[in-house]
Amino acid sequence: MLNIALPKGRLGEKVYLMFERAGFECPSIKENNRKLIFENEEAGVRYFWVKPSDVPIYVERGAADIGVAGKDILLEYEPDVYELSDLKIGKCAMCVAAPKSFRDNSARTLRVATKFSRIAGNYYSSIGRDIDIIHLNGSIEIAPILGLSDVIVDIVETGTTLKENNLEVKKQIVPISARLIANKASYKFKAEQINAVADGLKAQTEE
Amino acid sequence: MKLDVKNLDFIQKNIFTLVPIYTRYGYTQYRMSKFEEYDLYSKNKDFLVSDSVITFTDTNGKLMALKPDVTLSIVKNSDREIKGVEKLYYNENVYRVSKGTNCFKEITQMGLECIGEVGSYEIGEVLYLAAQSLKALSDIFVLEVSHLGIMAAAVEAVSSDYKLQSKIWKYINDKNYHSVEELCLQAQANTEALPVLKKLMSISGTPKDVLPELELFTKEAHVTEELGELKSALSVFEGSELESNIIIDFSAVGDINYYNGIIFNGFLDTVPESVLSGGQYDALMKKMKKKSRAVGFAVYLDLLERLGESETGFDVDLMLVYSPDCSPAEVLKAVRGFEEKGKSVFACSADNGKIKANEVYSLKKGGVIELETDA
Repeated sequence: MLNIALPKGRLGEKVYLMFERAGFECPSIKENNRKLIFENEEAGVRYFWVKPSDVPIYVERGAADIGVAGKDILLEYEPDVYELSDLKIGKCAMCVAAPKSFRDNSARTLRVATKFSRIAGNYYSSIGRDIDIIHLNGSIEIAPILGLSDVIVDIVETGTTLKENNLEVKKQIVPISARLIANKASYKFKAEQINAVADGLKAQTEE
Repeated sequence: MKLDVKNLDFIQKNIFTLVPIYTRYGYTQYRMSKFEEYDLYSKNKDFLVSDSVITFTDTNGKLMALKPDVTLSIVKNSDREIKGVEKLYYNENVYRVSKGTNCFKEITQMGLECIGEVGSYEIGEVLYLAAQSLKALSDIFVLEVSHLGIMAAAVEAVSSDYKLQSKIWKYINDKNYHSVEELCLQAQANTEALPVLKKLMSISGTPKDVLPELELFTKEAHVTEELGELKSALSVFEGSELESNIIIDFSAVGDINYYNGIIFNGFLDTVPESVLSGGQYDALMKKMKKKSRAVGFAVYLDLLERLGESETGFDVDLMLVYSPDCSPAEVLKAVRGFEEKGKSVFACSADNGKIKANEVYSLKKGGVIELETDA
């Protein structure tokens, strides 16, 4: 039995359809109820819905053999897992954004508001910029407006939220999309099943 | 008195299981102090799992550290040149930052090192003992083996840029084929060498399945000698019962400043991460100005805590609840009666709710024993 952690929400539903098309269907998952675990013994799969940022934890700790997580989560938490495939869905980008009028004054420490402290830290350290990270858990866009930070580092999908808050992208740090990840120990014992899933998903990304 | 292994805690039980394997092959115990000069670790930070070390100033003013690693101390204390080989095993506590809590944790680590004129036999023997250790811990296990030299040649062929190489090594470790390609295209690396690198990254299988495939393109990758070393090391498993538990997987990597040649990791079906890791570390020996070669491995005993925990859910075989009017002699006689039958007994005047017994008996005045419950 292959345990698969899927991210709750719209992305997870899209991902499940990819698994279904790859031959790993589990009809009970489409029933309208509050269950979180679904199993199809015949197909040898058990799916469970978890919070998107928890997927790598379930996989790294072996509660799930494989899972689907955004590249942003993988870069932020750096779990010790295999990243087997880029599913090329849920595409967006990790960006530095700031008010249109912002000009970086390198004589001062740059104040960066973000949910992704590690990604922001690594990016600014790679360009040798001294920063002060302000870790927030949501509504990042208002930080520069209220003078809490100079810039933000956040995920940008369409840019609408930025525009509505008078912000604009100043720099794209890294492109983001959903990735298939696997527990390293599980892979040693279930390589055939895991590779079958990975190949089935990959075939769809190349269509 | 005969030692009953089932009464030992999981660390002691596993030490008890592993030590005889190593002593049968002539490995002798290496004991060391809990402390080491901090200088040793500051010069070899990349060799450590985590670069955080607990330090303190000794009474003589020297900056000391609680050992975060054992191998570095063994190498430091070994002779510059060794005739033949020294075979050592250790069972030591090390102090590292735990990933989950981000706090320091005391970890019991067991392992062995073979230092000196290490040749094909010694490397094969260490690999064999690694597989034997895993088998002793669980019947379902996998020992993944790689040769760093083969992968290093493939990486070097793609790019000689150190920064790019270190990113590629990270992707190799993650089996992240798609990012390697993207990265190399962006960095304008030698994309002609990419197919060999990607092929090596995708290889994972038993030596029987993988070696013929490897033969086909090792000439192209100029790693014929390295492949010979890998085949020679794995030959110790030919025809043995362990053969089906060995896989070749080039995602097993290590820092090439310290490791070289054969490198391996061990996995058990019930533990979500590698419980054993090791390899050749001639590069570390050279860095520490030693003329010898070395190979060894460590078993992370702290990861084995939940191994076989479902075997018994009981603290004792039985609980004997005696009535207040029983004399001490009557209680002891009843306890001895069970003890002689090989049962462990928890005698008490009342169940404190903390001890889980398979059966509960009551003892009445006059030595009458009655079965209360049967779990």
